[in-house]
Amino acid sequence: MAEGTLEVRIWRGGDEGAFGAYAVPARENQTVLDVVTEVQRRFEPSLAYRFSCRVGVCGSCAMTINGTPRWTCRTHVKRVAPEGRLTIEPLRNMKRVKDLACDMDGFLGKWASVGTFEGTATRADPPAAIDPASPARREVDAAIQCINCAVCHAACDVVAWDPHYLGPAALNRAWTLYNDARVADRRAVLDGALQPGGCHTCHSHGACTEHCPVGLSPTASIAGLKRAGLVSLLKGGRS
Amino acid sequence: MRRGAGWWAAMGHRLSGLALAAFLPLHFLMLGRALGGAEALDSSLKIAELPLVKVAEFGLVIALAVHLAFGLRVLAIELLPWPARDGLRLRLVYLGLAATVLVGIAFAVSVV
Repeated sequence: MAEGTLEVRIWRGGDEGAFGAYAVPARENQTVLDVVTEVQRRFEPSLAYRFSCRVGVCGSCAMTINGTPRWTCRTHVKRVAPEGRLTIEPLRNMKRVKDLACDMDGFLGKWASVGTFEGTATRADPPAAIDPASPARREVDAAIQCINCAVCHAACDVVAWDPHYLGPAALNRAWTLYNDARVADRRAVLDGALQPGGCHTCHSHGACTEHCPVGLSPTASIAGLKRAGLVSLLKGGRS
Repeated sequence: MRRGAGWWAAMGHRLSGLALAAFLPLHFLMLGRALGGAEALDSSLKIAELPLVKVAEFGLVIALAVHLAFGLRVLAIELLPWPARDGLRLRLVYLGLAATVLVGIAFAVSVV
C-alpha cells in the first residue's frame, strides 16, 4: 500500500452506538493502531481506545478488525485491508465501555476464578527441582505465554452463546496450574475446570487457537483438561 | 465474524445430528408398519422406491457420513494426545470431508 486514502469506519459509543467514517492517508508500514491513533489525533480527540507497548508485548490494543479479533499494533493495514477499507470495532463478548474500549472485568474475573498459584514451599525451602523435559512441565511451557489480551475470548462462539462459559484463556490458565508440580492443590484446579461452564462446555471449534496472536493452542489445553477429567472419573469415580 | 474450518465442522456435526434425530421417528414408523402385516410393509417399501425418497435417502447417507466423520474428529481432538501444539488438526476436517464425499459417491453409484 502506498499513496491513497483509507476508508476507515470506527465504532463510536458503548453497546449502543454507530460507526464513524474517516478518511486516513495510506502510508507505508502502517499498522491498524497507527490508523486509530491518527484518527484520534486529527479527527476525534474524544475517541477512546487502549494501547500501551505498541510492539506486541502488553496485549492491550486488541480490537475487531474487519470482523476478526487481532492485536492492532501487530497488524499491518496492507495485510488485512489490501483494498484500503477498514472496519474497527471493540472486541466481541465483552461489554463496550466507550468506542474501542471494552470492560475486561468479566474476562479477567473468569481468568482469576480458575485459581491462582498457591504452592506448598516456604522461603526456607530450596527451589523446587522441576525437570524441564518432564511431560507435565512441557505442557505448562506450551501454554504459559498467555498475556490476557482476550483475543481468544472474543473469537470464541461458545463464549458468545453461553455467558457462564469460562472461555479459552481461563481454561488455558487452569491447564498450566494443573500441570505445575509446585501447585498445592491441583485437584481443586481440575475440579474448578470441570464445573458447569468449564472445559466440557467447549465445542472444539478451535477459533481460539486460530486467532491467538502468540500462537498458543487453548484448544489443546482444554482437550487436556477434558482428558484429565475422564482419567479422574475412570480412576476415582469423580469427574 | 469470519468462521474457520473447525466451526464449519462443528456446525456440520450438529446439523447432521439434528437431521438424523428428525429422521429417526420416520424410521421407527416404517419399522412399525411391518408389524401390521406383509401388505402394510410392501406399501411402505413401494414408497421407499419413489425418486424423491431416494434423494432423501442420499441426504440421509450424507448426514450419517458427516456426523460420523466430524464426531470422530471431536473424539480425536479431545481424547488423543497432541504431539505438536501448533495447528488445529484441520487435516481432520478435510479428511472428514473427503470421507463424506467418497461415501456419497459410493452410495450414488450403488443406487444408479
